[in-house]
Amino acid sequence: MEEINALMHGFSVALSPFNLLLMFVGVTLGVIIGVLPGLGGANGIAILLPLTFTMPPTSAIIMLSCIYWGALFGGAITSVLFNIPGEPWSVATTFDGYPMSQQGRAGEALTAAFTSSFIGAFVAVVMITFLAPLVAKFALKFGPPEFFSVYFLTFCSFIGMGKGSPWKTLTAMMLGFALAAVGMDTVTGQLRLTFGFHELMRGFDFLVAVIGLFGIGEILLSMEEGLKFSGSKARINMKVVIETWKKLPMYWLTYVRSCVIGCWMGITPGGATPASFMSYGVAKRMSPNGAQFGKGHIEGVVAPETAAHAAGTSALLPMLSLGIPGSPTAAVLLGGLLIWGLQPGPLLFVEKKEFVWGLIASMYLGNLAGLIIVLTCVPLFAAILRIPFSIVAPLIIVICAIGAFTVHNAMLDIWFMMFFGVVGYIFKKLDYPMAPMVLALVLGDRAEDSFRQAMLISQGNLSVFFSNWLVGGIMALGLVMLFWPLVNKLRGRA
Amino acid sequence: MSTEDQASPDKQAVIGNRAMEIIVALLLLAFGAVIAWTSFKLGAKWGDDGPQAGYFPFYIGVIIAISSVVTLVQALRGTTGQSRGTFVERGQLKQVLAVLIPAIVFVLAIQWFGIYLAATVYIAVFMIWLGQYAWWKAVLLGVTVSVCVYLMFEVWFKVALHKGSLYDPLSLIGL
Repeated sequence: MEEINALMHGFSVALSPFNLLLMFVGVTLGVIIGVLPGLGGANGIAILLPLTFTMPPTSAIIMLSCIYWGALFGGAITSVLFNIPGEPWSVATTFDGYPMSQQGRAGEALTAAFTSSFIGAFVAVVMITFLAPLVAKFALKFGPPEFFSVYFLTFCSFIGMGKGSPWKTLTAMMLGFALAAVGMDTVTGQLRLTFGFHELMRGFDFLVAVIGLFGIGEILLSMEEGLKFSGSKARINMKVVIETWKKLPMYWLTYVRSCVIGCWMGITPGGATPASFMSYGVAKRMSPNGAQFGKGHIEGVVAPETAAHAAGTSALLPMLSLGIPGSPTAAVLLGGLLIWGLQPGPLLFVEKKEFVWGLIASMYLGNLAGLIIVLTCVPLFAAILRIPFSIVAPLIIVICAIGAFTVHNAMLDIWFMMFFGVVGYIFKKLDYPMAPMVLALVLGDRAEDSFRQAMLISQGNLSVFFSNWLVGGIMALGLVMLFWPLVNKLRGRA
Repeated sequence: MSTEDQASPDKQAVIGNRAMEIIVALLLLAFGAVIAWTSFKLGAKWGDDGPQAGYFPFYIGVIIAISSVVTLVQALRGTTGQSRGTFVERGQLKQVLAVLIPAIVFVLAIQWFGIYLAATVYIAVFMIWLGQYAWWKAVLLGVTVSVCVYLMFEVWFKVALHKGSLYDPLSLIGL
């Protein structure tokens, strides 16, 4: 097996003492980020990204991806103990996790959540191990039209699979594209949408937007809710862990379902949050214990956590193999790759084998490290939440400001961050989705480039997008996704 | 307005969801129109070798305008679930502004006096004002954070942070 050999080589890269240290540092930082309001996977990594520029890329991506795993774990702690989802994808975990902790079963709920997260991630990593090289090999044959069709499908999926108003999704996405277009046009060299401001020439950096939208916006939202942390105490000892582990195999069918939902939603840009809700809903409907959901049933913790982690992890598959991230956090990681001079996409698997397989191996190890850390240090992380908000809020805003500044060493970026913070607050309250906006901002230029390259090849003939079965098929699927809300509406009327 | 509302002015709605939806949709409509217009002037035609520089931004602007109009109409007719209810209550808005306004002053202070002094003062003032901490605790934490940030960025990672355009307070202590 070619993949197994490559993976073993990856382990030898990832297992150096320095990388192992970074893994534990990353996971710990990630859990803290996941626990704190206002800091999450996407903006946490965006802020820490500039600090990793001096590291070798493999070590840097190992640390950053471990922050991501840590943040995925951390969201569950606040959901179960405080009924406050630390991350959007752990909202569904509160439904049964918090009732369990109120019944004095916090340890059981947390063990179930962490173990399920680990299993979800593990299944997704195994899938990445075997599927990503195949996808990459397949994608080596892609030309600009094929790439554009995949971008097209990605963006149409947001509209087809979004929960809220498709028009708002469209608006948010187009705002992202508009922001991406600001600055120098890569094909003609003309300045676009700068309105005569020199500072706008280099365009908007999506890292700044991410820090503002998710960081400052989240702080404003938490402030409005008047955060009062009154949570239950958590103690996890070995006995509780073993007891819970004995129960979990009973729910194997839930695991299988949730993993499938998670992997699917992660690869297509559905993301971890809808995956967790969908998995909870499906489990409630299909489980024989469906009636007990919402009252503190362990299965109600297992289902969303497995799916969220599976989705969060598999979002890296299209990022690595196609250069198209499946979630805002994956987009930030992609931004990191570009800064280190690595072009994500099919060629990465050929040219930077060591890097890719080191990263994949670190996914196995990082999630294991995460499981160990969260199982042993829950009281410590819960204590972070008891720090009063009047200390945490200014600290997070200072950290965000530093993060925004270090992206380009530009003062103006801190102002942009504040602006995006207010936009994020208003958009969140009015249900404008933020994920498509961020992905459009990241991918806008690349999508436009591939479209225009395709046009250069075909000399301006649009039929190139339906010139063979592959590109035509993807485009057709994209169109179906685009008009899906309309079809649904018409069906509802008939 | 019921008597209950008058009893707790913090619960009063400052602005409803519907009004906010309309305002945001109008702003987005204007934004889309501006984008479309400037791109049109730049050249939004289909050239010999494919689209010109303003081609995509033009249609992006047009789509933003169209989709905001749809949202606007939905909000005016009140057909979306979002269009009822309160956008923000007075008490909530006070809380939000209590974070937002100092944060904006903080960014202005960074611009003028650099990040270190700004962060120290910001953290300390925030803790004293909103957290009602003893002043020495607040100052101690503010200074500690700034020193840690300085060590981490300027010393270990060699990343220079913003030093202030009016006056650099670090020059006082000879850094």
